[in-house]
Amino acid sequence: MKETEILIVGGGPAGLSAAIEAVKAGAKVLLIDDGLKLGGQLIKQTHKFFGSKEEYAGTRGFKIAEILLSELEKSGDRFEAITNTTVTGYYADDGVFGALTGEEKYFKVKPKKTIVATGAYERTIPVPNCDLPGVYGAGAVQTLMNVYGVKPGERALMVGAGNIGLIVSYQLAQAGVKVQAVVEAMPKIGGYWVHASKIRRIGIPIYTSHTIKEIHGKEYVEGATIVQVNERWEPVEGTEKHIEADLICLAVGLSPLIELLWQAGCEMRYIPELGGYVPVRDREMRTSHPDFYVAGDAAAIEEASTAMIEGKIAGLCAAKSLGYDIPDFEEKFNAFWEQLDSLRKGPVTEKIRQGLPKAIVGEAYRHA
Amino acid sequence: MNKEKDVIICRCEDVTLEEIRELIKRGYTTVDEIKRITRAGMGPCQGRTCRDLIIREIARLTGKRVEEIPMPTFRPPIKPIKLGVLAESEDD
Repeated sequence: MKETEILIVGGGPAGLSAAIEAVKAGAKVLLIDDGLKLGGQLIKQTHKFFGSKEEYAGTRGFKIAEILLSELEKSGDRFEAITNTTVTGYYADDGVFGALTGEEKYFKVKPKKTIVATGAYERTIPVPNCDLPGVYGAGAVQTLMNVYGVKPGERALMVGAGNIGLIVSYQLAQAGVKVQAVVEAMPKIGGYWVHASKIRRIGIPIYTSHTIKEIHGKEYVEGATIVQVNERWEPVEGTEKHIEADLICLAVGLSPLIELLWQAGCEMRYIPELGGYVPVRDREMRTSHPDFYVAGDAAAIEEASTAMIEGKIAGLCAAKSLGYDIPDFEEKFNAFWEQLDSLRKGPVTEKIRQGLPKAIVGEAYRHA
Repeated sequence: MNKEKDVIICRCEDVTLEEIRELIKRGYTTVDEIKRITRAGMGPCQGRTCRDLIIREIARLTGKRVEEIPMPTFRPPIKPIKLGVLAESEDD
């Protein structure tokens, strides 16, 4: 059994940032990630990031992963990372986690504190033939193209015009895939205008107030019917259009991946604005379980920039809770929150601003 | 037009929307009950695809809000592990 001071589950933007802060504060960190290499979703982000300078605005996502990893190289023996390994469960009776490397090696981990930075999973929508080969989550398509160099199809239909749908549409076009259309059930585009403008400029139509009605094909996807929806999300008869496509990308939202926190008995709340059930936490990113912290998309579906700052807060506070003396704690903690608040300004993050007060308890959790 | 049987809700265990709706109408109104009867959510992804869809269907057909539908139990492991691998593990 491996023992560590802080276990971080997930090596994406939140987990890596948490590791950096915790190690800086003096703690010993074990980070476990199921990917073959660290970086989480960052390693497939070929576009430049927005946000603030502290969070590498203007830098491409995969470069940000490299920056975070090079920072961690300075950690010496205070940091260990295990990749290709899934943390498979938490056993509350003895405070032990199970972990599986590949499909072959099972081992246990016993940490003092745990930061859950597991990210999110892609949602799907139930339409006829949604199980045909050629139907993907947009994130999966991005991984195929940008991590593995696989062209996923020739003609694509993108479902969802949030940032992921818009960005992946552009990257599909860059990879030589013809994007036939983007459909979005909401009456307006959910993502940033700059991403939407880019795909409109190269001639990709965006149908708002439209959804996918049915996927066609026998052995694989051959096309889809899209249809207009009214303000009550009901299909408007007679507005069906046929789109020829061998690739359907679903970018219909993400949900926090928090099985471990359910197993730990953390208090959860259903907050649709944040992506579904999320753990209740205080401003230190500590959950209702005194040994569990959360950061990034596992806490609420947001951006990589906010995930990194939440990670820093969780790493800093988990180290402090272990008794490490951090002379500039207050200063850092307040600066991180200022950065979070400033990133959460603006119309695109309105939902987040509505949802977060329901997830964050006003007073710090007073754990004995 | 019956398209419900062409809508796969649980891809791991091949459970259709038709089956799910039928069960809800017969009074199976929690994810755990539907899981025990159909195996929905018991495959490799352990419900990450179907769980939200089933909850939404239950909410829609029973007129309840999503947060009123009890969540299933999240038992470890969250990913299938071969028994042999567990047996061979040096950790006990």
